[in-house]
Amino acid sequence: MSTTTATHHDDHGDHGHPTGVMRWVASTNHKDIGTMYLWFSLFMFFFAGAMAMGIRAELFQPGLQFMDPLAFNQLTTLHGLIMIFGAIMPAFVGFANWMVPMMIGAPDMAFPRLNNMSFWLLIPAAILLIASIFVPGGPIAGGWTMYAPLSVQAGMSMDMSILALHILGVSSIVGSINIITTILNLRAPGMDLMKMPLFIWTWLITAFLLIAAMPILAGALTMLITDRHFGTAFFDAAGGGDPVLFQHVFWFFGHPEVYIMILPAFGIISTIIPTFARKPLFGYASMVYATAAIALLSFVVWAHHMFATGMPVAGQLFFMYSTMLISIPTGVKVFNWVATMWRGSMTFETPMLFSIAVVLLFTIGGFSGLVLAVLPVDIQLQDTYYVVAHFHYVLFSGAAMSIMGGVYYWLPKWTGHMYDETLGKWHFWLTTIAFNITFFPMHFTGLAGMPRRIPDYALQFAEFNMISSLGAFALGISQLLFLYVVVKCIRGGAKAAASPWEGADGLEWTVPSPAPFHTFETPPTVK
Amino acid sequence: MSQNPKQYYLPGASLWPLISSIALFLMAAGFSMSLNDIASGDYVLIAGALVLAYLLFGWFSEVIKESVSGFYNKQVDASFRWSMGWFILSEVMFFAGFFGALFYVRNFSLDWIEAGSYFQGFVASWPTAGPSWPLTGEATKAIELLDPWHLPAINTLILLTSGATLTWAHWGLMKDNRKQTIIGLALTVALGVIFLYLQMHEYAEATFTMAGAGIYGSTFYMLTGFHGLHVTMGTIMLAIILFRVLKGHFSSQDHFGFEAVAWYWHFVDVVWLLLFVFVYWL
Repeated sequence: MSTTTATHHDDHGDHGHPTGVMRWVASTNHKDIGTMYLWFSLFMFFFAGAMAMGIRAELFQPGLQFMDPLAFNQLTTLHGLIMIFGAIMPAFVGFANWMVPMMIGAPDMAFPRLNNMSFWLLIPAAILLIASIFVPGGPIAGGWTMYAPLSVQAGMSMDMSILALHILGVSSIVGSINIITTILNLRAPGMDLMKMPLFIWTWLITAFLLIAAMPILAGALTMLITDRHFGTAFFDAAGGGDPVLFQHVFWFFGHPEVYIMILPAFGIISTIIPTFARKPLFGYASMVYATAAIALLSFVVWAHHMFATGMPVAGQLFFMYSTMLISIPTGVKVFNWVATMWRGSMTFETPMLFSIAVVLLFTIGGFSGLVLAVLPVDIQLQDTYYVVAHFHYVLFSGAAMSIMGGVYYWLPKWTGHMYDETLGKWHFWLTTIAFNITFFPMHFTGLAGMPRRIPDYALQFAEFNMISSLGAFALGISQLLFLYVVVKCIRGGAKAAASPWEGADGLEWTVPSPAPFHTFETPPTVK
Repeated sequence: MSQNPKQYYLPGASLWPLISSIALFLMAAGFSMSLNDIASGDYVLIAGALVLAYLLFGWFSEVIKESVSGFYNKQVDASFRWSMGWFILSEVMFFAGFFGALFYVRNFSLDWIEAGSYFQGFVASWPTAGPSWPLTGEATKAIELLDPWHLPAINTLILLTSGATLTWAHWGLMKDNRKQTIIGLALTVALGVIFLYLQMHEYAEATFTMAGAGIYGSTFYMLTGFHGLHVTMGTIMLAIILFRVLKGHFSSQDHFGFEAVAWYWHFVDVVWLLLFVFVYWL
């Protein structure tokens, strides 16, 4: 680790505090770019969340109420795509932007201009995805996985979505290279790799996953677009190709993608729990190795998404066992979080509440994942609401709720104000309860055989679906409270101290709140 | 810019990121329009490509200017090295996707078509003779395969030689032997151009095209096409490096721009070797 000396010059206009629209458009400041990422993510969260409200409105009762099946599938597809690529991933990159330089004692990201490029590439992708709603034929409806041959036959919106995903891929790769370089090269003197905060470790490994996985998606999408328009036969059995090939290539990207959306969440949880348990993180080194193990395993489990598609038994068994192996490092993490809380002097501020809920609810999602890893069970449950329940338990109560917890945890540092604790707790309880009302019944409907991506269902599922829908509406409305708390905190509130949390540890708490425009003009020394 | 070159370099406000987003938006929108026969699509696509060219030219000029003005210190240099390495990893994975597709088709789905065990749909599509590689589609029309020991072997030699001349140029740069650097680089660029010419010649002579030659034509043109695109980019980058050498931008101590392009060129070289073995030969 070379020595880091940082500086900025007040005599130079560019490096002061730019104002107006240029502050944002031409920004080279990691905090401003992080803020843009987070707002973009929140907007997309509400946009795709509104689509989920449409889905649940249709499923409120059996029969077709509000939309035809095509529109329903368009909603589920766009909801998935936008939540994954527009809400969760940008939120984590927003956290990385804000926190990575502050946590490692760097003045900014390694490549501030590329950092801004990663953000501004999100905008054309979002415009393309949203504009695809209005082209002839409507938006894509074949699910976010875009399986061939359906996706080969789809209309213009498929091309727009493919190109939007290409642009998002460029953004992710550029952003990840930036983050990984920052972490490897810009740490303050004394911060060895094994002294880095766990959030930094999880992002280091996530960035690696993004760099390795996003190009595979680019390859799959490129083959798709040439099959559509340039006469290739990658996914066309008549030409000797194979539609299943698309699934293999897609999931080779898709499974690492799942961990891309959960590892930074683990990092956030591993930061919050020690603070409010007032104990250092239990088993730091094992957390690091577990994260790395999860990342490596994520490249050899992809075909468990395809058990029902057909593959040789040897392949099915391999992917079943490799999938089950992942529960070991994940279990290490859960036990470490619990052990961190064990006999700690705990307090239950909103970020801690979210973290504990994540540990509990993510574990439920992890267990249902283990159930789905069992080959014969999976063939039964493939494409049922059990799968929908599973991935919402890991993606909403795992990823999204960690993001919310992280927002409450670092809002004082970002804004200089304390958020409204009472409203924060209200938001937590409403979200957690409504979330469970929405998604827990889906385990039952799924086990009973209710298929996903179908706007109508048999009468036997009516009660559970009505409960799910009511929960979903409550969950949706509760998020407006989140928006209100965040805006209120930005506009005012009790002044936050440099380190507002009693048990907090880390370089970000050594600087004033709100954090100054340039954080570490000279590098701190880490002992 | 009043930066002390010994300290961390923070670039000022820059509009290039926004311009990159405009360029990609125009290109993506234009491309999806022209793919769907909307007349003005081509113009939007071309406009986007022009903005992209302006962007690449402008942004790289700015970085080169900063570099020669001595704003970049050892730490920035290390950042460049890390990031170039990770970028090349992303390129490796991009090609891995296509090689993986080729592997899957040749080793798995071909057998399954023959056995008819997993995918009954295949069998229905294949009323005629059993499949074998090269698989060209339902007509199973015989195509004339390219003999690996003619043009492809010559191209292999050319690329391997270009790797050697590039290393020779690098040695020259490290010894401050300007003449050796320039001759080595010029030779490398020339070899790159010859390779591309021969590759185009091969495409023109081939009896099959990307469309209508089934999975064989698809994998062949996808892999060699993207490789050719990378050689094109590499050749342009080498030409720019040659130009920068002529302008005296590099010293024996400080020439990461040169090294980055050299890494890239060797990467493209290795991809070609894999292509030669798995696409042309085996």
